[in-house]
Amino acid sequence: MIEIKRLTKKYGELLVLDEVTETIEDGEKVVVIGPSGSGKSTLLRCINCMEDPTSGSIYFEGEDLADMRVNINHARRHIGMVFQQFNLFNNMTVLQNIMLAPVTVAAEDRRAAARKNFVIRIKNLFRKEKLPLLPKGKTNAEAKAEAQKRALELLERIGLQDKANVYPSTLSGGQKQRIAIVRALAMNPKVMLFDEPTSALDPEMVGEVLDLIKRLADMGMTMVIVTHEMGFAREVGTRILFMDGGKIRESAPPEEFFNHPKNPRLKEFLSKVIS
Amino acid sequence: MNELLQSFEFGRYILKFHKVFVDYGGYKSVLLGLRNTVIIAVLGLLIGIVIGTLIATVRVVPKYRLLPRILNGFASFYVGFFRGTPMVVQLLLFYYVFMPLAGLHYPALTVCVVVFGMNSGAYVSEIMRGGIGSVDPGQMEAGRAVGLSFGKSMLRIVIPQAVKNILPTLGNEFITLIKETSVASFVGTMDLYVAFNYIGTNNYEFMVPYLVMALIYIVLVLMISALVRLMERRLARSDRNQTTH
Repeated sequence: MIEIKRLTKKYGELLVLDEVTETIEDGEKVVVIGPSGSGKSTLLRCINCMEDPTSGSIYFEGEDLADMRVNINHARRHIGMVFQQFNLFNNMTVLQNIMLAPVTVAAEDRRAAARKNFVIRIKNLFRKEKLPLLPKGKTNAEAKAEAQKRALELLERIGLQDKANVYPSTLSGGQKQRIAIVRALAMNPKVMLFDEPTSALDPEMVGEVLDLIKRLADMGMTMVIVTHEMGFAREVGTRILFMDGGKIRESAPPEEFFNHPKNPRLKEFLSKVIS
Repeated sequence: MNELLQSFEFGRYILKFHKVFVDYGGYKSVLLGLRNTVIIAVLGLLIGIVIGTLIATVRVVPKYRLLPRILNGFASFYVGFFRGTPMVVQLLLFYYVFMPLAGLHYPALTVCVVVFGMNSGAYVSEIMRGGIGSVDPGQMEAGRAVGLSFGKSMLRIVIPQAVKNILPTLGNEFITLIKETSVASFVGTMDLYVAFNYIGTNNYEFMVPYLVMALIYIVLVLMISALVRLMERRLARSDRNQTTH
């Protein structure tokens, strides 16, 4: 599903990612761990081009996202992302937060279809065999109703339907993060990226967020997760990556990764974090 | 009342003013001046907000490509020009230099609105840039991450939050504009200054007209301040711990 090829990212002279090559298959739950500054967050952020790679390519369903000609906004519709700091839109209610992207995207598609149909109509004037018109797409009202239905459904699934009309500032960290996850899910993404989803949470709220991610994993979602929660990594991951110095040093299923680490840096790292 | 006012000099001035203001129809030109002042300031601010937002956006767009760079160059020239010259000079330039050169003829009021709008656009762009800078970059990232374009994220997420942060400063800009409209008379627009000056010239007495003029400006400005406070309270909704109603 995602193929990263010789991906390099530099900030000025600082080399953060050093020719990383990695393939993520459909349905995999890849957990990335490593010391701070190892480039794990940068790797994750490069997958949906939140950071532009310095060189190399990222193939998502056959399209190279690092190519400037590819419409990155289109690709991002299929890649959900969850941030450490939640980043809910502060100027919108919870419901509006979840509905914004589906409604906006439907409007964009409708406009694009109308544009293309206009061109087709003009072409048809000069053709014997008429080209068929593209479907018009959902009207704004339809898209809104649909998005709202889906948003409420998702909120109900995480038990926060009573928070639909409040602003994010009134929510706890755990609630915010669960809503941020739901906001990403509203677009029906094919893959979800989690950038340290529990690092900014109070300890007592970590559980509820991890539970939701676990449930998502059980439903078969493809995921890439950067985290410091080793127990969670072992439980959810189908494959664990260890990053250090901008390179992937080890990649193995959790059992092998934690019990029989090969890389000396990883051994050292594990001995420090698992006491 | 009349006798009381007749008994001292300033009172006689008030009576004189009253005569021209009411009996000779001076209030009509004052009302017209007031209307023009409000038109210029309100439309000027609206144009200013649109131009300012566009310029501020241009200035925060990532500059990998050529087009944003050209636009950015134009934006900094624009801001430099309008902040670097007095409003009077801009007004005179447009009315007496650029328009005749281009062979255009527009009413003075229209020119005032346009020039005030462009001038205020330069100031609003700087205010807006600060406002955009005050919004957490994570908001833009989240917008982009769900598949919105830069422009859409800006319009739906960043700018609404920026506007909330800069509302008091924007109110200040409006107050400045109201007061600056007094230079509209330079190109022959009827404004408050012209109206009261006209009353004063008719009377050979300027004390009361100018006092009343100052009073009107103060009342206008106080009204705007109240309005801004009201809007601030409404926009602060998303900050407070309560549901919508």
